[in-house]
Amino acid sequence: MTTTLPPSPFAPSDVRKISPREWIKKNLFSDWFNGSLTIILVSVLVLSVGNLLRWALTTAQWAVIPNNMGLYMTGLYPAAQYWRMWVLLALVCVLAGLSWGVLGRNLATLFSRQVLMGFAIVCAGFVLFPPTRPSSPKLLAIAALVAATAWSGRILGRRFPGLGKWVSLMWFLAYPAAIWLIGGGLGLPTVPTNDWGGLVLTLLMAVSGIALCFPLGVILALGRRSHLPVVKWLSVAYIELIRGVPLIAILFMGQVMIPLFLPEGMRPDRILRAIIGLTLFSAAYLAENVRAGLQAVPRGQQEAAASLGLNTPLTLGLIVLPQALKIAIPAIVGQFISLFQDTTLLSIVGLAELLGISRSVLANPTYLGRYAEVNLFIGFIYWFFCYAMSLGSRKIEEKLNTGH
Amino acid sequence: MVSNPDTSSQFDLKKLLRDDRFWKIAFQVITLLVLGLILGYFLVNLNINLTRQGTRFGFGFLTSPAGFSIGESSLKYRPNDPYGKALLVGLVNTINLVVAGIVLATVVGVTAGISSFSRNWLLHKISRAYVGLTRNVPLLLQLLFWYFAVYGVLPAPDQQLNWANLVIASKRGVFIPWPAASGLWAWLAVLLAIAIAAFFVWKWRIQLIVEQGSTGQPQLWLLGGLALLSGLIFLFALGWEVPEAQPGGGATGGLRLSREYVASLTALVFYTGAFIAEIVRAGIQSVAKGQWEAARSLGLAPGLTMRLIVFPQALRVIIPPLNSEFINLAKNSSLAFAVAYPELYSVANTTFNQTGRPIEVFLILMATYLLMNLVITIGMNTLNQTVQFKER
Repeated sequence: MTTTLPPSPFAPSDVRKISPREWIKKNLFSDWFNGSLTIILVSVLVLSVGNLLRWALTTAQWAVIPNNMGLYMTGLYPAAQYWRMWVLLALVCVLAGLSWGVLGRNLATLFSRQVLMGFAIVCAGFVLFPPTRPSSPKLLAIAALVAATAWSGRILGRRFPGLGKWVSLMWFLAYPAAIWLIGGGLGLPTVPTNDWGGLVLTLLMAVSGIALCFPLGVILALGRRSHLPVVKWLSVAYIELIRGVPLIAILFMGQVMIPLFLPEGMRPDRILRAIIGLTLFSAAYLAENVRAGLQAVPRGQQEAAASLGLNTPLTLGLIVLPQALKIAIPAIVGQFISLFQDTTLLSIVGLAELLGISRSVLANPTYLGRYAEVNLFIGFIYWFFCYAMSLGSRKIEEKLNTGH
Repeated sequence: MVSNPDTSSQFDLKKLLRDDRFWKIAFQVITLLVLGLILGYFLVNLNINLTRQGTRFGFGFLTSPAGFSIGESSLKYRPNDPYGKALLVGLVNTINLVVAGIVLATVVGVTAGISSFSRNWLLHKISRAYVGLTRNVPLLLQLLFWYFAVYGVLPAPDQQLNWANLVIASKRGVFIPWPAASGLWAWLAVLLAIAIAAFFVWKWRIQLIVEQGSTGQPQLWLLGGLALLSGLIFLFALGWEVPEAQPGGGATGGLRLSREYVASLTALVFYTGAFIAEIVRAGIQSVAKGQWEAARSLGLAPGLTMRLIVFPQALRVIIPPLNSEFINLAKNSSLAFAVAYPELYSVANTTFNQTGRPIEVFLILMATYLLMNLVITIGMNTLNQTVQFKER
């Protein structure tokens, strides 16, 4: 193994410009071992990428993607009600744009060259990518909406510094609004939960799971750190038991066991049961993340609060938790990413989320055997969301890094 | 009554309300009461529901015949064996998957983790791309991809692929060479004994070199002899059996790995490997920069620096999080259920479907997985103790 020093911020930067030839010699052919490694890797890469390209351009039948776009995005949602999904997307994008603008109000340029390039690539993708081409006018309009709200959010955020809290509140209200838009009622035609599906359901389940497990997870984390023996041991038992069992067992048994624990005739909806299973599961993991945050808060903080005369609930709520949660944010985002990935297991218990609906597309005789195409497509969707979230988490980490 | 008894009791109550200890106890009692009430409500409902269904809680069903067959099994299993036996077969299948998965994922993860520090730009980039790609795609999707889109497009058994008569692969599964000597365990024990002997000879040699300044040449010869001996045993005494392709498809001899097993193993190994690679990377990064510089100023080559100086120190940081990755792998092995590999969860699911006993089956599952996690944790803790700083 040839290895170098890990990159370090203190390493002297190479000011001298090196020619491409020197670069290749230094980075690819520094000695015989490196040279042969490079040759082997290049030949393997050329062979596999070449085969993949040949397959993608000749053998693969990509029709299975654009023909079923509606299914991937929204499942069996009635086509007449698709506008509600567009409204939902627009709502989320407006809020996202506003938050971006408000958060970035102190940046010198909101639309840096990188951001503009990313924007252009996404918009070009909407137009050029066959599956999204039919709806590209709507998508472009929404992209413009994001840019406009981000711009206005920045201006408003500079004028009213307290705007951030209101945006958080709007996100909070957007959740019931989303449920209303998807499910209907109150003036909109109802769509039964059996027809919910696709990416919308995946996102809904992930967001519900993380939002609902939050209070339970924080309580469990506090319980585990508590000096009261009963509270402590109950929390430990819950966290360790749940963390010991695979999610699939909890989801499956949740579908079966929850009705058994409730009075006769009370049978929560399948989606609700799945949300309960996801919440109970991820609360145990979140509790561990929050506990790590709690452990990182110096003891002096608690002692200072005690000497000011604050009682335990106030100390926790005003002093300890805000600091602990801030420290725990990267871990919580990581938890959210894995929860987002875990929603795929819902396809095993019969929900038509993104993976589930793709499996029913593949069961359609017209598209028999198109596994690679469909799996690559939805794999790309999952990868995109997870990668974007991990990038975002790194940004938040840098921003919140107020340590000295 | 002239005296006022009210004031004294009022006084006591106030004192009580201000007492921290009272609140601590009261809070716990209330917590217990509330939880007990909720749990009691659930249990009463459960009792009513079970009576209505005509079942009673109990594990007696484990001894009644299962009546379903299991696709692959290392133990002898027939459909009229009891449920307990079926679950045991599932557990053995899970262990087969988990043990092979842990070994291979560690190899993949450590290789990828170390490769990300390579001076070779291409290797570094490939390692980063592998981690960035695999960690961000759900395991279940990867599993289905391997099963349907990779192993599923292998040729049918009558046109199976044959690599140098060593590996034979088809849609049905893969055949690999496997030792089949009758005294296999005895030979493995001999190999283990040789390894232990070699370890002590190695220690002895180091001691001689350090304390007496000897060259350690005779010991080196001894070590070489031991290596030659074990190599000979490994090659010839274990009775390696290569698979022999049959004209109609399939093969005899060697070890048959079903497509379900191979796909599950591949997905678990690459997914967990990516997480292990990040752990290894973080561990290596945690080693102080001075260690690299000191090694370099002593004139050690980069490869030796990694092997002798940096990696042993990084291990102290790597092993604790590795434990939770291994536990995740053990739990994730339940996803093999999605491609119908008959592991523990899959058998438990069939058992539940046939007997209608979700509670009992869930308790068995929970206990088994907890036990498995415990075994992994104990093993890793033992390993952890051996790599910690030895302070004099």
